[in-house]
Amino acid sequence: MSGAATVTRPGAQPPARAEPRRRPAGRWIAVALGAYTWLMIFYLTAPILVMIAFGFNDTHSRVNLRWQGFTVKWYGKLFDIPDLSAALRNSLLIALFTAVISTVLGTMVGLSLGRYRFRGLAALDLLMFANIAAPELVLGAALLTLFITVQFQRGFLTILVAHVMFTIAYVAVTVRARLAGFDRTLEEAAQDLGADPWATFRKITLPLIFPGILAGALLSFALSIDDFVITNFNSGQTQTFPIWVFGATRVGVPPQVNVMGTLIFLGGVGLAVGNAIAARRRALE
Amino acid sequence: MRRTAPYLLALPGVLWLAAFFIVPIVMTLSVSLQTGNVEQGFQFTWHFANYSDAMRLYHVQFVRSIVYGLIVTGVTFLLAYPMAYWIAFHGGRRKTVYLFLILLPFFVSFVIRTVAWQFILSDNGILLGPLKNLHLLGQDFHVLATSSAVVGGLTYNYLPFMVLPLFVSLERIDPTLVEAANDLYASRIRAFLRVVFPLSIPGVFAGVLLTFVPVAADYISASILGGTSTTMIGNVIQTLYLTNNDYPLASALSFILMAVLTAGVLVYARVLGTQRVYEVASG
Repeated sequence: MSGAATVTRPGAQPPARAEPRRRPAGRWIAVALGAYTWLMIFYLTAPILVMIAFGFNDTHSRVNLRWQGFTVKWYGKLFDIPDLSAALRNSLLIALFTAVISTVLGTMVGLSLGRYRFRGLAALDLLMFANIAAPELVLGAALLTLFITVQFQRGFLTILVAHVMFTIAYVAVTVRARLAGFDRTLEEAAQDLGADPWATFRKITLPLIFPGILAGALLSFALSIDDFVITNFNSGQTQTFPIWVFGATRVGVPPQVNVMGTLIFLGGVGLAVGNAIAARRRALE
Repeated sequence: MRRTAPYLLALPGVLWLAAFFIVPIVMTLSVSLQTGNVEQGFQFTWHFANYSDAMRLYHVQFVRSIVYGLIVTGVTFLLAYPMAYWIAFHGGRRKTVYLFLILLPFFVSFVIRTVAWQFILSDNGILLGPLKNLHLLGQDFHVLATSSAVVGGLTYNYLPFMVLPLFVSLERIDPTLVEAANDLYASRIRAFLRVVFPLSIPGVFAGVLLTFVPVAADYISASILGGTSTTMIGNVIQTLYLTNNDYPLASALSFILMAVLTAGVLVYARVLGTQRVYEVASG
């Protein structure tokens, strides 16, 4: 390996010293870490696979614990449990309304944070940080204290109020991040060409920050539809999908829950992948 | 117009947060100093005894939540760092694919994920059943209702929150810095300890923050996977509010929790500066 290696034969690898050492860890360490990462990815996805699989379980009772053969019948009986269907409907409606309200309010806050220097900027920033950093338990319990004190009946409306409260800051942060690389001269150019502020916003600012707004809307929808803790404090008798499933854990979770979970999962993944492909296509153009 | 624009833009969102975030927290403080019951109503009496009662009755659950929080944060850190490192330095063009796979659990409801673990870990379920049939485990061996089940469930649910900020901070490190360290005769381990790890500290801090705070306040995992010996402070607060209607005691308890966690967060921000934690936490 010593003297002969310096003689370069046709097709031979160039000497190792000349290779750029981009990768800080050695090759075997890298292989081991790669295998470990895939193992962890399996660990993270295992419960999802179990959820999907047991949506196809041919169980005869409500209890869905042992594998009893393959069936697709639960996909046909998806809405056979009226309470569960109502809970899912509530979740979807609340998530939709939350996304609309939070996106409007959060985008406005995000524009304010990302585009201007003003007295109170630091305080506004701190308010967003505190809202995101506060544990859900504290947010939910505090809001319940308010509703109890003013004796407001808890239900659909209070859940919606709560969900908007904990998602505005996420939208604001997302929109602000999008504004970070924003070229202000484009707006100035539009105004020099005679556009009024509203036209400038609609024709220049909005299209440029739109990916941020869309990401914020999807994020608030996802956070809302998944929320259990804050909802549990402020829901009264109204049930959402996570609340219903949590209640069902004591008596056995029916396979319909697996099917709904699977469909929500596939919908979310589809949306995310579609969004990523669209973004890549835009970037290539 | 230009002067008022940022205020007008922020106003609706700020009002919403003032009414349903700030005011409720101030109100929690007020209720925590009241006495009374649901039938006769509550009066504000500067009743500080609620705080001493809360700690006297529930310090066990309180300490348990902090301990679980510390254990879970430590375990997720140890599990997450090698993954984040490999994806950042060896992920190549497929970095986003790996990150997406790590984020897949977020497309399933938190409650359903925890129910799936309850199912996997159940006494004669798909994991323990075969092991018991092979006599590798005793018939009365169980995982559910133990602190391992709760810590395991929490670790699973918060692992991605640790991986992401670690990845973001590691990804920003210029690999040529490591090359330089190697050229200066630093061993791989030394280069890692003296160059890579110090540069990833902001990610470590953000990951710890994003994991510890929600874990300490979590009660879904303890409700679904735990038993009576694994009750966390979140379970207590929820029961006091929704079942016992003991609002003053519940308020005192959640205020203590908030104060302890906020103090922790502020110490962090002081050490590091809010801006950097915030940057890393939000990607």
